Amino acid sequence: MSQTKDGTENFESAANRSDSVAEFEDHRRGVLGQVQHTLHANPSLVPLIVLIVAIAVFGLLLGSKFFSPFAMTLILQQVQIVGIVAAAQSLIILTAGIDLSVGAIMVFSSVIMGQFTFRYGIPAPVAVACGLAAGTMIGALNGWLVSRVKLPPFIVTLGMWQIVLATNFLYSANETIRSQEIEANAPFLQFFGTKFNIGGAVFTVGVIFMLVLILVLAYALRHTAWGRHVYAVGDDPEAAGLSGVNVHRTLMSVYMLSGLICAFAGWALIGRIGSVSPTSGQLANIESITAVVIGGISLFGGRGSILGSLFGALIVGVFTLGLRLLGADAQWTFLLIGLLIIAAVAADQWIRKVSA
Amino acid sequence: MIRKLLATGSVLAAMAAAPAAAADISACLITKTDTNPFFVKMKEGATAKAEELGIELKSFAGKVDGDHETQVAAIETCIADGAKGILLTASDTSSIVPAVEQARENGLLVIALDTPLSPIDAADATFATDNFLAGELIGKWAAGALGDKAADAKIGMLDLAISQPTVGVLRDQGFLQGFGIDLGDPNKWGDETDSRIVGNDVTQGNEEGGRRAMENLLAKDPMINVVYTINEPAAAGAYEALKAIGRENDVLIVSVDGGCPGVQNVKDGVIGATSQQYPLLMASLGIEAIKKWADDGSKPENTPGKDFFDTGVALVTDQPVDGVESIDTAKGTELCWG
Repeated sequence: MSQTKDGTENFESAANRSDSVAEFEDHRRGVLGQVQHTLHANPSLVPLIVLIVAIAVFGLLLGSKFFSPFAMTLILQQVQIVGIVAAAQSLIILTAGIDLSVGAIMVFSSVIMGQFTFRYGIPAPVAVACGLAAGTMIGALNGWLVSRVKLPPFIVTLGMWQIVLATNFLYSANETIRSQEIEANAPFLQFFGTKFNIGGAVFTVGVIFMLVLILVLAYALRHTAWGRHVYAVGDDPEAAGLSGVNVHRTLMSVYMLSGLICAFAGWALIGRIGSVSPTSGQLANIESITAVVIGGISLFGGRGSILGSLFGALIVGVFTLGLRLLGADAQWTFLLIGLLIIAAVAADQWIRKVSA
Repeated sequence: MIRKLLATGSVLAAMAAAPAAAADISACLITKTDTNPFFVKMKEGATAKAEELGIELKSFAGKVDGDHETQVAAIETCIADGAKGILLTASDTSSIVPAVEQARENGLLVIALDTPLSPIDAADATFATDNFLAGELIGKWAAGALGDKAADAKIGMLDLAISQPTVGVLRDQGFLQGFGIDLGDPNKWGDETDSRIVGNDVTQGNEEGGRRAMENLLAKDPMINVVYTINEPAAAGAYEALKAIGRENDVLIVSVDGGCPGVQNVKDGVIGATSQQYPLLMASLGIEAIKKWADDGSKPENTPGKDFFDTGVALVTDQPVDGVESIDTAKGTELCWG
């Protein structure tokens, strides 16, 4: 492309003209269209509305039993693990991938932290660092297979899920490290379970970590070059590559970060259940995908807000606790969550039709 | 190939010539998973006994609890392998029956370990813990430990799964009967009307589920003071939930299993009492039964008055209660598994 710089062909003047040349303006947009447009611009708005409505409805039905600081912070504590894992899952899904190995990475990292401390006598902070490194490395392996070997993420993580879980059981011999021993010898492992009061409500470090993590990621995804690259790669990797995004490096960073976050979830898991148990977290992959989907992140990649997956996880938590307090059979929770998943994807399709 | 055929031929010949020779007897152990310490211990017991008696043992396990297909494939492999008997802990107690029948038609002795098949007589014999009795013991103990306060106890029931597997129902109903609560239908939990029961919730038998279920019940009624748990990991999770609100010292937790970490938790006061079962014994008795079946064709007999062979259960606690027989944690640690 040769640029004429002598000014005889004055392209800039056309670009700087104040009158508009061509613009899409939808004059037929009614109230519904406006709503559709707003939702398209803010994808996490739908789950937020559902969350607020759910809290209001359960609050009305159950009164102070549900609307208490105890119940409200309880929901946060119950969703902290799924919330943290969902943050990792969101990153992968934004790149049009999926990660079935998140739960396995989480459990294996927690087992490494526990066994390194108790089997080899390594100081707890070093063991925790080893666990975090292991999670990151498994993530890197996933990323390498997806990005360099060009295998589909579903297959890679399906395989990795089995490999990591089997390694977890072989290495740990399925032995649980009891809460009392951890408390006496390595309380650092339970750091995420540390409680503190804010205005009568009880928070744990794990809950705060989940909230801060998601806020930081939301900022990074929206306002940094890296974040925009993640969206671009998820939307169309070829177009992203042609416009100068290093697709391989972006994918590697996403998978490694996701592995690291899962390892942090493993640390948080020790804080939550007190002990190190190799059988925990078996459903974390499905639960995290559920949270992400209800949170309005598109499984086709490139669209959605990570805040949505936090709301998604909280919606599941609110429904679970609310329905249990109402005395409903636990099957109703699963039934309603199933409905929510389908409704969320249907809403997503409807919003996508907006011509913006 | 030819060598293999010859080898098979000579084995067949040897079997025909000396059917009672110990070296020819092979047996299969099929467990739900090979990750749960309960089954790990069971495998240890079976392996040790098989070595002692000169029996060749092959072990199979499902990938996860509920993995039915792998167990069926394992039974078929054992039939093809010419095994004399199968020790089985079934994941799906009714769907496995046709495969078990096929094995029995082929002359294999099938013994259900720990988990009875449905119907129970689909297997030649069942070597199991009396789970109802296991529940009853902790129920009686809890009532005895509370004394007069048992009349206005607030009980949280932490069960296994919503699908209500038999083991979970038996322990739950046994506990309630032992505690002195009228049962509804004894084949399911959750239909009792006694106001002392705050509620039932499910734990999947692990720490995570135990904590969540306990929290849910505490949200319903924070003054719960007796907690029944399906097993010790669930009990450990429930304890964490109670500790989080500072009530760990005024709630009585009871459980079933008798695994080593569980017994240690009884010793540390996390769990008040637990009913201990004996997986190692189930497996070694099972191997002996297969040996007998191969030797003279006799089948094991049931414990009088029960439709299975009871491998025993003992209450482990350091605070014995009058009228309920128990062993202390020192003895419990000696006998524990996992």
